[in-house]
Amino acid sequence: MIEAHNLTKTFKDKKRGVITAVDHVSFTCRPGQIYGLLGANGAGKTTTLRLLATLLQPTSGTATMAGHDVATAGVQVRANVGFLAASTALYGRLTAREMITYFGELNGLGEAALKARIKQLADELDMHEFLDRRCDKFSTGMKQKTSIARTLIHDPAVMIFDEPTLGLDVMTARSIVKFVRECRNRGKTVIYSTHVMSEVEKLCDVIGIIHGGKLVAEGTLAELQARFGEKDMEEIFVKAVGGEAALIAAMKN
Amino acid sequence: MNWHHIITVYFKELRDSLRDRRTLISMIVIPTLVMPILMFGVGAVMTKVFKTARDEASPLIILGGADSPGVVAALKADKRFRIVAPGGDYKQLVSEKKIRLAVEIPEGFEAALKAGSSQTVTLYHYEGEMKSGLGVTAVERFFRDLREKTIEGRLTDRGLPADVVKPFEVKRQNVAPPEKVGGNLIGGLIPYIIIILCFTGAMYPAIDLTAGEKERGTMETLLCSPVHRVNIVLGKFLMVMTASIATMCLTLLSTGISLAVGGSLFADGRTAATAGAAKAAASAMPSIDPLGIFGVFAMIAPVAMLFAALLLTISLFAKSYKEAQSYVSPLIIVVIMPAMLGMLPGIELTAQTALIPILNLSLVCKEMLSGVWHWNYIGLIFGSTCVYAAVALALCVRMFNREDVMFRA
Repeated sequence: MIEAHNLTKTFKDKKRGVITAVDHVSFTCRPGQIYGLLGANGAGKTTTLRLLATLLQPTSGTATMAGHDVATAGVQVRANVGFLAASTALYGRLTAREMITYFGELNGLGEAALKARIKQLADELDMHEFLDRRCDKFSTGMKQKTSIARTLIHDPAVMIFDEPTLGLDVMTARSIVKFVRECRNRGKTVIYSTHVMSEVEKLCDVIGIIHGGKLVAEGTLAELQARFGEKDMEEIFVKAVGGEAALIAAMKN
Repeated sequence: MNWHHIITVYFKELRDSLRDRRTLISMIVIPTLVMPILMFGVGAVMTKVFKTARDEASPLIILGGADSPGVVAALKADKRFRIVAPGGDYKQLVSEKKIRLAVEIPEGFEAALKAGSSQTVTLYHYEGEMKSGLGVTAVERFFRDLREKTIEGRLTDRGLPADVVKPFEVKRQNVAPPEKVGGNLIGGLIPYIIIILCFTGAMYPAIDLTAGEKERGTMETLLCSPVHRVNIVLGKFLMVMTASIATMCLTLLSTGISLAVGGSLFADGRTAATAGAAKAAASAMPSIDPLGIFGVFAMIAPVAMLFAALLLTISLFAKSYKEAQSYVSPLIIVVIMPAMLGMLPGIELTAQTALIPILNLSLVCKEMLSGVWHWNYIGLIFGSTCVYAAVALALCVRMFNREDVMFRA
C-alpha cells in the first residue's frame, strides 16, 4: 500500500530561486493495483518516486510505503520496495549472479535463501544462459532482466517503476510491461511513471496526471474519459494540464 | 553501524576494483615497479652517464703559456685533458659546450715561479654545467699539485722541511652508526615517495567508487537498498584505504627487495669490475634501521585513512569521473609540498610541526629510519592524524547524506 498526503519537495537553485518540484501531491495505491503517474518531462514524476523510495526527503507532507513512513523509517521502506528506473544501472564489472547476490545480501538474505531465490528468478526470467557473464557485455534485454531480478530479489511488497521502458526497443519494452502486469497479479502494489500514453491505457488501473509538480487529475481511464469528454488518452492529458499552451510553457520552464 | 552491510559493501567494492584496469595499475603495477625502475633503471643510467663524463678527457683550450712550455707540456701529457687548438671565441666555445673550459696561463708564469713571485691562473668555465664542473675540478687538482711541488722545491732550496708549511693535519671521522647515516641520506626520500604513492593509490578507487558510480548510474541503484548511508560510506572507505595501504606495502616490499638485490649484486661484484670497486659500491648502498621501516608502516596507516576519507569526500562532489579527476589531481601538489618541506635540512620535528599533517609524517619517518624514536612526538603525530582522519570521515558521511551532492544535476 502506498499513501501520499500533501507530499511536497522544493529545491534551491542559484539562478531560479526556490523550485517546487512536487507540490502537495496526495494519492493512494492499493495492493494488486497499478497506479500510473503520467506527466511530461520535468513534471515531477521522478522526484515523487524518489521521495517514495526515500532517496530524497520530503520538504513537507507525508507518505507511507507498506505501512512505513518515508521520512522516519527509510531503511524499512527500502526493505519493502523494489525500485527500477532508467537511471538505476548495473555494475558492469560484476556478473549478473554477483550483482543479484550483492543486493540480496544487502537485503539480509541468507546464503541458502539467496541461492534458491536466484534460481527461481533465473528460471522465471530465462537468465541461466548469461547469469555468470559480466554485465558490461550484456544486450539491453539482458540488462533489463538483470535489473528486474535485482529489484525482485527480496520479494518486495511495493514496486516503483520510473520510466522503465525509456530508450528500449519494442520487444524489451513489451517484456517490461508484461513483467509489471505480473507484479500486479501477484498482489504487489505498483506505481508506474511514464510519459507514454499507450502504456498508461494498457497497464494502469488508476491514472494520476502530474503537471508542474501538482496532481491535476486522477481516476480510472473510464473516469478520466468521462470527465474530459475525450476517448484518446493524449487528448485527456492535454486538457488536464490546461491545453497545449500550458504544456509548452511548462516544458520551457 | 551494521558490520554485515559494511563488509558486504567492502568485498563487493574490492572485487569490482580488482577488475578495474586503472585501479590495478595505480594500486599494484606502479608501486611494484617504481622503486626497481628508479634504482636500477634511472639510477644505473645516471651513474653511467656521470662515470662516462668523469672518465672522459676534458677538452680545453690553453690561453697564453707560450713562455711557460713546461706547464703546457705537463697539461698536454696529462690523460685527464684533451688540449684543443685555440680558434674562435673561447667564451662562446665554453658556452656552446664544445670545450669544458679555457685555462689562461699568465705571461711569464714559469719565470715568476722560479723568481718566487705569485701569479694567477684563470679558469673560464660554464657555471652549473656538470661536464664543465668536472673539467674545472681536474684542472684545479693539476695546479694544486703543481703548487705543492713548487712549495716543496722552494723549501728544499732553503734547506727547510716540508712540514714548515703544514704544521698540523685535520682528519674527519664518522662516528654515527651506518643506519643513522643511511636514515639521513634517504630517510627523507622514502616517506616522500611513500606519501605520494599512498595518495595516488587511493585516488583512482576513490573517484571510481563515488563519481564513477554516479556517472554509471549505479549509485542510485545502491541507495535503493535498505542500508544506512554510513555503512555504504564505511564499506567504500575501507576499500579505498585498502588500495592506499596495498600501494604502500608493495612500495616498501619492492624497495626492500631492490635494496637487497642491489646490495648483493654490488657486493658479489657481478656488476663491478674489481673487488675494490664492488666493496665501495656495496658500502655506497645506504643502510637504514629495519625497525624504522615498521615504524613508517605504522605511522602511514592514519595518513592512508585521511587520504581515503578526503578523496572520497571531494570526488563525491563531482558528477563524472573526469570532473572528479580535475578536482583531485591538483591535490597532489598540496600533498607534495609538506612532504618536500620535510626533506629540507632546517625543518625539525617540534610540537608545532608535529601537528602539521604530512609534514609531521615526513619528519618523524626520517628520524625513525635513522633509529631515533621520539615517543612523545610519535604519539602526538599518530593521535593528531587519527583525529584529522576521523573529521574527514565524518565529513564524508555528511556529504553522502546531502541530496544536493548525491543527486547533483
